[in-house]
Amino acid sequence: MPALPMPDLLPALPEIVLACAAMALLLLGVFRGERSTRLVSWLSVAVLMAVLVLSAMFQGEKHVGFYGMFITDRFAVFVNVLVLIGSAVTIIIALHYNEEHGLARFEFPVLVLLATTGMMVMVSADDLITLYLGFELQSLALYVVASFDRDSTRSTEAGLKYFILGALASGMMLYGISLIYGFAGTTGFTGLAHLFGAAGGPVPSNGLIIGIVFVSVGLAFKVSAVPFHMWTPDVYEGAPTPVTAFFSVAPKIAALALFVRYLIGSFSGLIAEWQQIIVFLSGASMVLGAFAGIAQRNIKRLMAYSSIGHVGYALIGLAAGGAEGIRGVLVYLAIYLIMNLGTWAVILCMRREGQMLEGIADLSGLGRTRPGLALALGIFLFALAGIPPTAGFFAKLYIFLAAIDAHLVGLAVLGVVTSVVGAFYYLRIVKVMYFDEPLVTFDRPLAPELRAVLFVAAVLTLFFIVYPDPLMGGAQAAAASLFAR
Amino acid sequence: MTHWPLLSLVTFLPLVGVAFIMLARGDDEIVARNARNIALSTSLVVFALSIVLWVEFNPNTAAFQFVENARWITIGGFTIRYHMGIDGISLFFVLLSTLLTVLCVLHSWTNVHSQVREYMIAFLVQETMMVGVFCALDFILFYVFFEGVLVPMFLIIGVWGGPRRIYSAFKFFLYTLLGSVLSLLAIIAVYFQTGSTDITVALAHSFPAHLQTWLWLAFFASFAIKVPMWPVHTWLPDAHVEAPTAGSVILAGILLKLGGYGFIRFSLPMFPLASAYFTPMMFALSAIAVIYTSFVALAQTDMKKLIAYSSIAHMGFVTAGLFAVTSEAVQGAMIQMLSHGLVSAALFLVVGVIYDRLHTRDIDRYAGLADNMPAYAFVFMCMMLASVGLPGTSGFVGEFLIMLGVFRVSTTECFLIATGLFLGAMYMLYLYRRIIFGTITRVDVRHMLDLNLREKLVFAPLLAIVLWMGVYPNSFLAPMRASVDHVVHQVHAAQQAALRRRTVLSSDEIAPAKAGSYGSILSTVEAWAPAVAAMTGKGG
Repeated sequence: MPALPMPDLLPALPEIVLACAAMALLLLGVFRGERSTRLVSWLSVAVLMAVLVLSAMFQGEKHVGFYGMFITDRFAVFVNVLVLIGSAVTIIIALHYNEEHGLARFEFPVLVLLATTGMMVMVSADDLITLYLGFELQSLALYVVASFDRDSTRSTEAGLKYFILGALASGMMLYGISLIYGFAGTTGFTGLAHLFGAAGGPVPSNGLIIGIVFVSVGLAFKVSAVPFHMWTPDVYEGAPTPVTAFFSVAPKIAALALFVRYLIGSFSGLIAEWQQIIVFLSGASMVLGAFAGIAQRNIKRLMAYSSIGHVGYALIGLAAGGAEGIRGVLVYLAIYLIMNLGTWAVILCMRREGQMLEGIADLSGLGRTRPGLALALGIFLFALAGIPPTAGFFAKLYIFLAAIDAHLVGLAVLGVVTSVVGAFYYLRIVKVMYFDEPLVTFDRPLAPELRAVLFVAAVLTLFFIVYPDPLMGGAQAAAASLFAR
Repeated sequence: MTHWPLLSLVTFLPLVGVAFIMLARGDDEIVARNARNIALSTSLVVFALSIVLWVEFNPNTAAFQFVENARWITIGGFTIRYHMGIDGISLFFVLLSTLLTVLCVLHSWTNVHSQVREYMIAFLVQETMMVGVFCALDFILFYVFFEGVLVPMFLIIGVWGGPRRIYSAFKFFLYTLLGSVLSLLAIIAVYFQTGSTDITVALAHSFPAHLQTWLWLAFFASFAIKVPMWPVHTWLPDAHVEAPTAGSVILAGILLKLGGYGFIRFSLPMFPLASAYFTPMMFALSAIAVIYTSFVALAQTDMKKLIAYSSIAHMGFVTAGLFAVTSEAVQGAMIQMLSHGLVSAALFLVVGVIYDRLHTRDIDRYAGLADNMPAYAFVFMCMMLASVGLPGTSGFVGEFLIMLGVFRVSTTECFLIATGLFLGAMYMLYLYRRIIFGTITRVDVRHMLDLNLREKLVFAPLLAIVLWMGVYPNSFLAPMRASVDHVVHQVHAAQQAALRRRTVLSSDEIAPAKAGSYGSILSTVEAWAPAVAAMTGKGG
């Protein structure tokens, strides 16, 4: 590195590159018209990968930019990598679907890029204002992609529902931010951490606490934690399937990471105040995710409840506080990303005569008709249920480890019991695939890019145990960087 | 000692077989034939390797042998190690697993028609998981295998099972999963106590008394369901009845032993005070299991269900023997587990033989098989008598040693489980009489063929080992003696130490609250003190 002082913009370089690339691709799309969709899509994937590499180059150093409003550290890099992978895979698995359903428009990858930019800003936010900016950039792009299938009432309804509830959440969050600013005198995480970063600081006023709660509510909306989950099943069901896949991973991961940075990064001294909120969100999400999933017949709705449940588990790690808890959250998010993307790739394969199928019963006999596909889905489902030796077990293991360490034994017991209840509905899909007689046969052949995603995700989920070090090392370093203030 | 990682080979070689089976291509018939051949040869090689384990095993030490230890997953200060090793307690369970897998593959040679490839894959994966459970010396590794075992068995019951297979498969899976996840939390708590997930470290650690109770209960939830003990046994009859014959063999032969193995490997040595505290409960549950399920077995009309209930009764002997914690009783419990693994496996195969021919397990459908199936009648008789505990068979050795050991601790318990012997003879002889004797009235029964060569090959090793274990049990007792005695001494030493501590506490009158919290446990230990003292005095 040259001996010059670090320019202010450098920490945000990946985000800047991504934003500029998104606009350039938008221009390209506008000039070349609808024919350019495939080109724009693959270029978007390339841009995401380039940004991933760029982002990963910051490994090991902590940079603060924009006068303390923006931070790049190992935590941000780790989450950015997950978000970028999630976005790239979304664009890839959406290609074939969008073409089949007359949705092949170049705006889709561009919107995903813009949403991703927003998520990366969220993850790197070091100030409540940055947090809000990233949050809104992400949300606006997501509202549009939710109703991307604009001729379908289901899709537009999903988009509208998401927009209204999302706007409500944004409003609450903004109100919370103003309260925090009013009572603490600063919006910077560093300044807040200076006051409340360690136990024994000034006694927080009620106004501040209410502010913290309001911002938490906004974030709970985004991660769809119970009781702020109502939009999830409807939006998941209504949105085009690749968009649902996107919703279930990248924004969720970014919002959870933001949740972590917001609470741990600035209010870790007030853990006694916010821990009970997170414990409630977590417990309620696990219970609802487990029990409400049982009655579902539509696999997209089922996955919505499943994701609510998984958010509950990840929140256990946040409730535990401490580096163990955060590292548990990060490991959880990484493994959740892989197994969820794999599951959605299988769901995208459920098509017959060009029509998408969404019923769980449509999977019956898949073990006979499509053994490979059934095996892959089986692996993902056992992983989602947290059965060893799949990666899903280790995700839960580190979460429960943190919970016991933080003496949240009750929450841990609730977690394992709901995981048994949840195992029922994952197993029910396994049962439909393997124990029932075949009813429908899916279209052949599978799109090659879907097949590749499936294969990679299945291998990673099943053989995670063989070489887990990169993920574990990364998560450990990322969690440590958050506490190294 | 060899320099080969022998345990890893035995554990993971079946997966190599799985890889080969997956590579098989061609039409269904060819794939099925290849799958059978690969599965058989893989399981035979694995069995041969496990025999090498027995030959090379040093019976004079309680230490773990064939140890492999490598770092596996590290995150921060939390390291999971790939730590494998066996001692006298686990050695024979490994052998039993590898033997039964060979027999299952052989038995399923012709009677599985659909999805043969997947069937063989499931059994080989199952073998890896079973062997792994008994070899693992790291808690997380153990747990991975312990729960991993559920997946192939769930599929075996669900895909190749009987009419109510789906209900049974779910019941089996969820029931046992619920138990295991609770023990996972206990494992994590153990980690925070000892600072390591290594089982050998935990075995040497002495846990505070108040914590022992909770941890013991969490492990109990898991192991009691696996054994299964009354009243959490209800998944077993369903699972057995619906599972295909080979599935029942593995279920009765190995999976039930995981519970007993867990008690002797973890509950007793790690939580000796809690074990003493809960011994009356264990005795009560064991006695209920023996007597109640024997009566239930007497009333069954389905052969498999009858044997399933008899399994619960026999495992009741095992839990009673284990918690008597005398050298004889624990050795007896070990032999009883091995014997039951062979005998119940053989009995399920016996049922499987006639089920293959007539496709019914209804006892009333059969009669007088002694006429047209003499070889079958002979095998059935031997296994039935071994199950009843006739001297000269393995069943006698186990049950006798258990009674001997239990008698020295509690004559009441000994009397109660002894009634199980009598009841066992009743239902088994009754079963045998109805199926083998009498006159043949049905045409289809008259035309049933006797055992063919393949079936004889399946039964021959089982019969040989059952008689060997009955006539010269020392071959099996000698390798396990050092390990069993080590556990028994460890438990007694810990209980004695707790008694001494209590004396100090009460004489100094310090921390009465603390003494009170230990009080309930210690008073129970005290109640057992005469027996304990007699034992250790004799031992020393």
